[in-house]
Amino acid sequence: MTETTAPGLVHVAAPLRKRKTTLRRLLEHRLFMTGLVLFMLMVIMAVFADWIATHNPVQVRARFRFRAPGLDNFFGTDNFGRDIFTRVVYGARLSISIGFATVALTALVGTSIGLLAGYFRKLDNILMRFMDALMAFPTILLALALAAALGPSAVNIVVALSAVYIPRVARVVRASVLVVREADYVHAAHAVGASNFRIMVEHILPNSMAPLMVQLTFVFAYAVIAEAVLSFLGVGPPPPTPSWGNIIAEGKDYIREAAWITLFPGIAIAMTVLGLNLLGDGLRDVLDPRMNVDNR
Amino acid sequence: MTGVDNLVEVENLVKHFPVRKGFLSSRVTGQVRAVDDISFTVARGETLGLVGESGCGKSTTGRLLIRLLDPTSGSIRLNGDDIAKIPDKELRSRRRDVQIIFQDPFSSLNPRKTVEGIISEPLIVHRIGTTAERKARVAELLKLVGMAPDYARRYPHEFSGGQRQRIGIARALALNPKFIVCDEPVSALDVSIQAQVINLMRDLQRELGLTYLFISHNLAVVRHIADRVAVMYLGKIVEMTDKNALYENPRHPYTKALLSAIPMTNPDQRRQRVVLTGDVPSPMSPPKGCRFNTRCPVAVASCREIEPPLVDVGRGHQVACHLVTP
Amino acid sequence: MGRYIIQRVLAAFPVLLIVTLISFCIMQLVPGDPATVMAGPQATAAEIDRVRVQLGLDQPFLTQLGRWLWGLTQGDLGRSILLGRNVSTAIAERIPITLTLALMSFLLTLAIGIPCGIIAALRANTWIDQAVMTVALIGVSLPNFWLGLMLIIFFSVILDLMPAGGYVSIAQGVWPWFKSLLLPALSLGLLQMGLLARITRSTMLEVLRQDYIRTARAKGLPTFKVVGKHALKNAMIPVITVIGIIFSLLLTGSVVIETVYSLPGLGRLLATSIFSRDYPVIQGGLLLTAAMFVGINLLVDVLYAFLDPRVRYD
Repeated sequence: MTETTAPGLVHVAAPLRKRKTTLRRLLEHRLFMTGLVLFMLMVIMAVFADWIATHNPVQVRARFRFRAPGLDNFFGTDNFGRDIFTRVVYGARLSISIGFATVALTALVGTSIGLLAGYFRKLDNILMRFMDALMAFPTILLALALAAALGPSAVNIVVALSAVYIPRVARVVRASVLVVREADYVHAAHAVGASNFRIMVEHILPNSMAPLMVQLTFVFAYAVIAEAVLSFLGVGPPPPTPSWGNIIAEGKDYIREAAWITLFPGIAIAMTVLGLNLLGDGLRDVLDPRMNVDNR
Repeated sequence: MTGVDNLVEVENLVKHFPVRKGFLSSRVTGQVRAVDDISFTVARGETLGLVGESGCGKSTTGRLLIRLLDPTSGSIRLNGDDIAKIPDKELRSRRRDVQIIFQDPFSSLNPRKTVEGIISEPLIVHRIGTTAERKARVAELLKLVGMAPDYARRYPHEFSGGQRQRIGIARALALNPKFIVCDEPVSALDVSIQAQVINLMRDLQRELGLTYLFISHNLAVVRHIADRVAVMYLGKIVEMTDKNALYENPRHPYTKALLSAIPMTNPDQRRQRVVLTGDVPSPMSPPKGCRFNTRCPVAVASCREIEPPLVDVGRGHQVACHLVTP
Repeated sequence: MGRYIIQRVLAAFPVLLIVTLISFCIMQLVPGDPATVMAGPQATAAEIDRVRVQLGLDQPFLTQLGRWLWGLTQGDLGRSILLGRNVSTAIAERIPITLTLALMSFLLTLAIGIPCGIIAALRANTWIDQAVMTVALIGVSLPNFWLGLMLIIFFSVILDLMPAGGYVSIAQGVWPWFKSLLLPALSLGLLQMGLLARITRSTMLEVLRQDYIRTARAKGLPTFKVVGKHALKNAMIPVITVIGIIFSLLLTGSVVIETVYSLPGLGRLLATSIFSRDYPVIQGGLLLTAAMFVGINLLVDVLYAFLDPRVRYD
């Protein structure tokens, strides 16, 4: 290893420093793995709903009303005799899809806005003032108002929730862009003549990913809860659709005689959100230890 | 300085940073005069050392020269063409001739890119060569800076500070630049590594015919590599001459103070220590007259009134001091 | 300090202006014709027209906006056709209940969340810490409206200790009044308690690592003095910011909790308006809560600067 390569210079064979890979550290993080398992459980339920479900989620069977949980109906039946287990499984499909769609839309728009605001000083003021105003609204209320205005459908819920969370993501991305853009490797890229677009995509974005990933995990968690709230208040996908919020809304009139209708979808929500919160906490521990405890 | 082939000619270069106060209105309440009317030249193949305390404007000067910052006024001629005011688009193609080596070997390499990605970026940006040709060029550059070509697939965090600095040098060399601004390239390194990197840079200079502007606060390092040295204080050049004249026979009181702070290798040899008192004044409101008058041990009344120009006191030795005459 | 406050207040104005515009534009988002939606599915063409004129929807956009803004300056938020009354009166009637609920929940949150966080920090990495943090994490993950329903099932249906809903005014007795608000306040506050406990714990841990705490310990001060005199004060500063957020969250949470417990507050009003597409009430409620949010944030900023002098000079 001591071939003389540079003129008059002996090659230095300093030991290479090895770092534990991020993946490795995540795999060793117990809470992160717990969260991952919980969340993957829900994702599997959502993807394989057709195989996992034991009944038809919307078929009304008056004879079987209010059956308590048992071997035929794991989670019991509701006032229309529909199987709650089946509806919860299909509810996962809706909640997880809405969560993913919201995260995707929020990430796309929020990251673009944050990147532009952080990189181009002239756009910063205009964009962030607008984001501040959107953030001034209470999250649930704005989502409710938007969903109410747009009309009840899954797509509109995604739009409404994204409008609520885009400013939060934009703010996180902007904050980290402001730090990264001052790094010497960004100056170096300028010095070799790289375009603004290249610098943003190749240098700034990849180095701003950590806080973004953490934030997006929490956005997913909020989206699952918010979707349930919206459905519960009647601006979600219209009733026969098996959504967790819908099941709870229908069950709330029967809590005296059939508490299981409300119980199980709530547990499903709680497990999903808990899983996502654990994922987010774990990601933050590993990727971005200096980040604040919370910024919702 | 006629008859010398100058690669870089800087004339009356000024950089002021506006200081804004308030929100909404963003009134400009002052100007930080980071670089305040400096002129110098760098001959082809030589190394000009630029020294001074932190905050004196030496790094700003370096960044102006490679146009990471836009100058407020003045001209920067590279090979005779003024690059101080050319628009961004045109500038991008001119970037091939001028490159920079940064101080911090940890912040200067993108942690998400491989060494190959880092060194080949200039080639990609300027659409030079095919993928295979770029690969070959990266290997060649790595060899040139004394590293094994098979390090190309590794990430920056796997290397030590000195190795990372070599990668930074390889990136700067990728486009075959004529002129390289070295912004404190060894200040962040261990002393034992500093010499290796400095020697590498000297060898590269000889081999590739490079011209350096070597910025440092460390006079000993500058003495080792520079041909000529310029001393900056509060945005101005106060003394500039060839290396030997400066170190053997410093004329400006500030230079004398700086040099007296260097420890001597021979304990019997005593030099009169000039200790500067007080802090460097704010570059937002530099003192009237000579900028050094507030800390100068020999200042007289006129120093507080009239700003001394940088004049030749003999054989190209330029000094800005009322008390130094040819 | 005075300068700083004025600056913050002035900075809030553009935000409020955009907030107002967004609130107004919500109705413009309604696909098709809002008048048709509001008049209901059985409405005749004449009825729809009447609604349209009442809402001023027959006017051009800018005229509508102008009228609305002009109304705002007089404290007029428009008129709800469904309720047959002014939006501002309807809101004013409902808001005391919401504020009472939010305040009660807020006090519960502080009384439980902060001590839990402190205990967890002082006993960091013991089973106490882990138990508190597990509960807090679960608390943060439960949807509050579902928790409300579960509390009703447990305390009202099974134990029959608490009313299952409905509001009892304080005139009918303090205890019944308190009982009617306790479960709502609890289910509203659990999420925030978890949040507050987590934040208190982490800021406390941060402070306990500082050198001045080590100095205080080294000079032999007893633990309670170190914590009470040195750590707590500094740990509370970041907590203050969160407290602002928490109060805001409680206000919004009321939309769904008041629905669960049939409390006739602002939240329930908004929930029913959203369900019945009563847009003037939605606009008014949205604007009002957002304005309260901005106000609370402003207050927090000022308080924060007051407690931590460093902030003023950024």
